[in-house]
Amino acid sequence: MSADQRAAVAAEAERILAFFESKGAERVEVDILQPSAQLLDLYGEDIRSRAYITRDAARNEMVLRPDFTVPVANHHMSNRKGPARYAYSGPVFRKQEPGSDKANEYLQSGIEYFGASDRAAADAEIFLVFRELLAASEARVATGDLGILLAAVEGLSVSDRRKSTLLRHIWRPARFRRLVEEYSNAAKVSKRRHELLVDAGCGKDLHRLVAGAGPVIGVRTTKEVIDRIRALDLDSMEEPLSGKEVEGLRDLLRIKGPMSAIPARLRHLSRQLPGLGRAAECLEARIDALSELGCDPSGLPFEASYGRTTLEYYDGFVFGWFSNASGETIASGGRYDLINEVLGSGRKCPAIGGVVRPAVLISAGRRAE
Amino acid sequence: MNIKIGVPAKGRLSGKSLDWLRSNGLGFNEPDLDRRYSVRAAGVVSAELVFLPAGEIPEEIRRGNLMFGITGADLVHEQQPDWRQRMEIQAELGFGNTRLMIAVPQFWIDVESVHDLDDVAARFRAEHGWGLRIATKYHSLVREFLRGIDLTDYRLVDSQGATEGTVANEMAEAIADLVSTGETLTANGLKTLSDGLVFKSQAIFIRSREVSLRSSDRPDIQEIMTWR
Repeated sequence: MSADQRAAVAAEAERILAFFESKGAERVEVDILQPSAQLLDLYGEDIRSRAYITRDAARNEMVLRPDFTVPVANHHMSNRKGPARYAYSGPVFRKQEPGSDKANEYLQSGIEYFGASDRAAADAEIFLVFRELLAASEARVATGDLGILLAAVEGLSVSDRRKSTLLRHIWRPARFRRLVEEYSNAAKVSKRRHELLVDAGCGKDLHRLVAGAGPVIGVRTTKEVIDRIRALDLDSMEEPLSGKEVEGLRDLLRIKGPMSAIPARLRHLSRQLPGLGRAAECLEARIDALSELGCDPSGLPFEASYGRTTLEYYDGFVFGWFSNASGETIASGGRYDLINEVLGSGRKCPAIGGVVRPAVLISAGRRAE
Repeated sequence: MNIKIGVPAKGRLSGKSLDWLRSNGLGFNEPDLDRRYSVRAAGVVSAELVFLPAGEIPEEIRRGNLMFGITGADLVHEQQPDWRQRMEIQAELGFGNTRLMIAVPQFWIDVESVHDLDDVAARFRAEHGWGLRIATKYHSLVREFLRGIDLTDYRLVDSQGATEGTVANEMAEAIADLVSTGETLTANGLKTLSDGLVFKSQAIFIRSREVSLRSSDRPDIQEIMTWR
């Protein structure tokens, strides 16, 4: 990037930050070097391949921040109890694939709301902050809601064990699809697994079986092995997921259309997926909140599967804007109540936010008047 | 111009590498082997054998300090994610065969496939507060493999040697290590998983794309042999 371009991007970032401040957000700074343990624990090992990791003797493993969300959420959860809004801007760092021409260091500017108990109102408000910021840009908008799929899974007629496995893989469509298939057939198991479950079922001494297999080493205990065998045994006797539910999930993930038309379709599908009733209510509340603030939801494209792969850790309303010219993401954001609960060690605190990349915003260009 | 050929200085690949070079017409003076890190190969125009740890050869090939080298395919794939742009495999040598495998304690009779690990990891986190730790030297290969099976709640623990002992020492819950016969694993109370093959490796002869010889075409080993 040339010096001129760099100055232009910095000026754009400053303008965006000032805009976020004008919406009542307080400017925060967070360290570029972050302790890696928590980030890796939250996001999993996979982020390690994207993050620049470094270490020193005094502070152990550190990471160049790959985004602001977790550091800013930490800042809030450790300093505040009440509602707050923050704005930030600065460089983030992500490794790219070999041969990729994507930037590995770029400016990111964002805004986060914490503790707003009226979720629908906060969803609408933050979405409109971004819409106003991007109003003149050559960009298209996308919206979705991961809460819909979460609600559908919660309402399935399967055991809690199967539910929690499905919920864990909401963000990984291939795995999710495999699990749904697995749960909809009478589970096919290997010969050895079948024998193990027969042994468990007919009351064989599992302790002896485990002890006979090899030395008990490591942190995982014999009890944990036996507990899991019993769980697998119960699982193998579970009723398969009904065809009605499998079809419902498939149709649900294909839902696409103007946001205002979605609640009716969710209600229709709720005959197959009872969890969707609640999801439709949430969406209606958001639509009302948007209308109240002067935004017409019939003009907003909505996709039920939007955000499943690219926006990890979001669990509710999600949105994004893409450059018409390059297709690159200019801005994206969403609700992340669940991960924030983990950050707050179980303390619930609603959280929603979004980021914009000033360099992409500039290159997208402005709409001809 | 000197053609430099990197050869593993010691370890599982060393002796067979020299045999392979000899059988392909690259002789050298035996007495030199003991004391020197580089010897002139007899019979080839200015070819030099450079003895290095096998693990350092891919990087020297990438930089263009070596024109050719013999090393393990596992090392190339692990260290050089963009190796296809930097180097070319000229021959698979048929020795140094080994498999990088995921292994867990034998008494985990509830685990027989890598697809069991996701459920085990979730339960393990609920019980102990962290995801599965997997000890290995092969971070990139293992991460790529686990991404392929959608396992996310794990953490790699770096282990440069004696990896089989890390589970008993409570430094890891599972390992990913090179397996040839499996005896070492068994002796340490570990077992491989039916679908836990991360990478199948053997010795390879590679050429750097960073250096070209004279102004002529890219030479391969066959051409070198014909210069005698």
